[in-house]
Amino acid sequence: MKRINRNFKVRNFHQAKWDEPIIFELSKKGERGILVPKAGEEIEKAVGDGISALPETMKRKEAPNLPEISQPRVLRHYMRLSQETLGADVNIEIGQGTCTVKYSPKVNEALARLPEMTELHPLQDESTVQGILEIMYKTDLYMREISGMDRFTFQPSGGSQAIFAMASIVRNYHRDKGQDEQRDEIITTIYSHPSDAAAPAVKGYKIIYIHPDEEGYPDFEAFKEAVSERTAAFIVANPEDTGVYNPRVKEFTELVHKAGGLCGYDQANANGLLGITRAKEAGFDMCFFNLHKTFSTPHGCGGPAVGATGVTKELEKYLPAPLIDYDGEKYFLNYEVTNNPYSIGKIRMFNGVAPVVLKAYAWIMSMGAEGLYEVAKVAVLNNNYLFKKLMEVDCVDAPYIRGKQRVEQVRYTLEKLTQDTGITTGDIQRRMMDFGMHYWTSHHPYYVPEPATLEPTETPSKEDLDEYIETLKHVFKEAYESPEIIKTAPHRSVCHQVDESGMDDPEKWAITWRSYLKKYKE
Amino acid sequence: MKKLGLIINPIAGMGGSVGLKGTDGVLDKALELGAVPRAPLRAKKALEELLDIKNQIEILTCSGDMGEREAMEMGFNIRLVYNQSTNSTSSEDTLAAAKAMLLENVDLILFAGGDGTARDIYKAVGDKAVVIGIPAGVKIHSPVYAQTPSKAGQLTRLYLMEKITKVEEVEVLDIDEEAYRAGKVNTSLYGYLKIPFEKKFVQNRKAGTPMSQQASQNSIALDIIDNMEEGTYYIIGPGTTTRPIMENLKLPYTLLGVDVVLNKEIYALDVTEKQLIDIAVYNKCKLVITPIGGQGYLFGRGNQQLSYNVLKAIGKENIIVAATKEKISELKGNPFLVDTGDEETDKMLSGYIKVTTGYKEKMIYKVKA
Repeated sequence: MKRINRNFKVRNFHQAKWDEPIIFELSKKGERGILVPKAGEEIEKAVGDGISALPETMKRKEAPNLPEISQPRVLRHYMRLSQETLGADVNIEIGQGTCTVKYSPKVNEALARLPEMTELHPLQDESTVQGILEIMYKTDLYMREISGMDRFTFQPSGGSQAIFAMASIVRNYHRDKGQDEQRDEIITTIYSHPSDAAAPAVKGYKIIYIHPDEEGYPDFEAFKEAVSERTAAFIVANPEDTGVYNPRVKEFTELVHKAGGLCGYDQANANGLLGITRAKEAGFDMCFFNLHKTFSTPHGCGGPAVGATGVTKELEKYLPAPLIDYDGEKYFLNYEVTNNPYSIGKIRMFNGVAPVVLKAYAWIMSMGAEGLYEVAKVAVLNNNYLFKKLMEVDCVDAPYIRGKQRVEQVRYTLEKLTQDTGITTGDIQRRMMDFGMHYWTSHHPYYVPEPATLEPTETPSKEDLDEYIETLKHVFKEAYESPEIIKTAPHRSVCHQVDESGMDDPEKWAITWRSYLKKYKE
Repeated sequence: MKKLGLIINPIAGMGGSVGLKGTDGVLDKALELGAVPRAPLRAKKALEELLDIKNQIEILTCSGDMGEREAMEMGFNIRLVYNQSTNSTSSEDTLAAAKAMLLENVDLILFAGGDGTARDIYKAVGDKAVVIGIPAGVKIHSPVYAQTPSKAGQLTRLYLMEKITKVEEVEVLDIDEEAYRAGKVNTSLYGYLKIPFEKKFVQNRKAGTPMSQQASQNSIALDIIDNMEEGTYYIIGPGTTTRPIMENLKLPYTLLGVDVVLNKEIYALDVTEKQLIDIAVYNKCKLVITPIGGQGYLFGRGNQQLSYNVLKAIGKENIIVAATKEKISELKGNPFLVDTGDEETDKMLSGYIKVTTGYKEKMIYKVKA
């Protein structure tokens, strides 16, 4: 690889590639990571052998079927896998539009790793967990201030589960009012997150989608056609994936309320709105925030997260139990508010993922009210800088609200590039991997042709934004001058072109080692 | 050794080069205006993609400029299965050549032409062969054509090398050239051809794979079936979107015609306008329809049986529009179109309509006359 030319913003990159087996394939009978010595005689006399004290019912009859492998080999295995991952800390994370991947300060990680946090057990007595209860209670208060809602739960462990919680509240609210049978429809828009439709569908609701009008705002005339006595709720994101904010949103929520339905606000990503608009003033009855997006907790690779869900006073009794309260002296788990047949019960075990709430709390405290407002302003500024620079590129366009700015992200179209060169947005996506950068297209189907969704958030610097822009421009230039290099990309990533046909076919899926053995080895 | 059928319609696209919007029926005029053949060159572009596997394929083709010349020049193994009757190629030649290839059990037919050529290929092979079109004509409305000649070649190569094994059915569409020259676009659906289903290569995925077109159509069908009412006549319009309704009910059907279902049994197959009026006037009925072609026509294209008189008798509230979200996304936000020939009916249908896009899933979509 040539020496880096510092004047050229496009960075050389090559991902590590290891021919690394699955950890189960590395297993060797009898190999161990840690050998625990047998207790010495005196010790055994004093405290027992450490095994016979265990109740018989808790003892395993057979050893668990885990890989038998030494410590350095385990370490090497996971280090290699981590090197094959394009993580948020090694790339300029602008390309994952709708995901809100921002830089999350490491100090918050350090706090969450303190033994005071890691050694807690959710079944401990309240008196021994006052600290985390206080943090959860206060985070609830901050969320109320940010959204205008009256009470939050941290139980849902992600955005889709938060939407599921909202849909469950909708169901129980109408059941309580004796209208559940009649109200079986939930309205959403095509540019809201697909989970705004999918989670209510799991709850048994029929889904009605609204398309945007020519300007890109949800079509109010179409919306009027959709709202009826069958409407259970309207669940929507605003701004939508296009980065277009619907300024008439209050008219939408009023119409739904008039028809007897509820309104849920998907604020999974509220990065462009902090301190600017609130769910309450827009007329919503419920909202949720993904703490891993807006509140920097950060993303956990599909792992445990929190979809903090807030509701108005009227809907408080439908929330999952328990809520966290303060009686002037101590913090406690309150089962009273939700002690009625219409509470949705449990959405998840215990009270949500506590370390994530701690990280969000720490982030909010470090930012302060002014800081949160600043986050929104810088996120919007960064986005509109990127927007302006990319719109100056001939093959890039973005449909809707011409001449106006976007909120925190934009869905672009590369239709012209595809027409000119045959290179699709999917090809560009693969080529960007060669420069160590993410680039996301869109959810399916592609309502915006050849889409690209970019969301810079408040954390990248102008230099970062410029590097991303220059890299994109470089790839576009390649598309016109040497398309073959893009068609066959990635060249410097972990693996080259991946045949995804198996992903459409559940028969081919092997999502565990055991199912792999069953399907492919037996 | 793989057997590849190759048909070049050498006159395809000649009308366009001299501003004639098609070559059907006006070849002499096109030649007079100085039109030059462009299909052979485009076919060569596609064949270039196969050069490095030429030892693994045998090209079965037609004499002269219908394939022999180009394939031979490029050094492919060729075998003639059809001899052109005269010097000037006609639609009969395409038809006969494709039929001959079908008899030879070719793995795939690669053809260069336009919408008219695709119609001829369809007439000859129907659903019995897998095909790929090299876009060379003036009118390219059928999705049977690859985006570019090179893409057609690449797709052929992937299919012959068995890198692609699945196929999908796509519409064979054509417009009436005479009407087109007069400024009107009348698209009609002629049938469905099988093309290789291109797998997508991905990297950096964060969203799930969309349901396949087939699975989406199936979920639409199940929604419609689950909501079928006893005693109501269900008039099932043409197309692959409505077909799974009949398949799930295990009923016979006509893909391009209109069929009627009553109490989940077949009531009538391939009905005429008159039969439909008789049913609709005296009975409760619902019409299931899907937009035809890329332009999003609900009525007035490819379904002449569903006349304005039929639609008036059925009423807008009894029309169930079925379309996958992918199909709707292809309209790029443009409304559904209606052109029934009757202003009053067009007005009745205009505005917004609910579209069934999946199981328990609808979309409100604009309709314009």
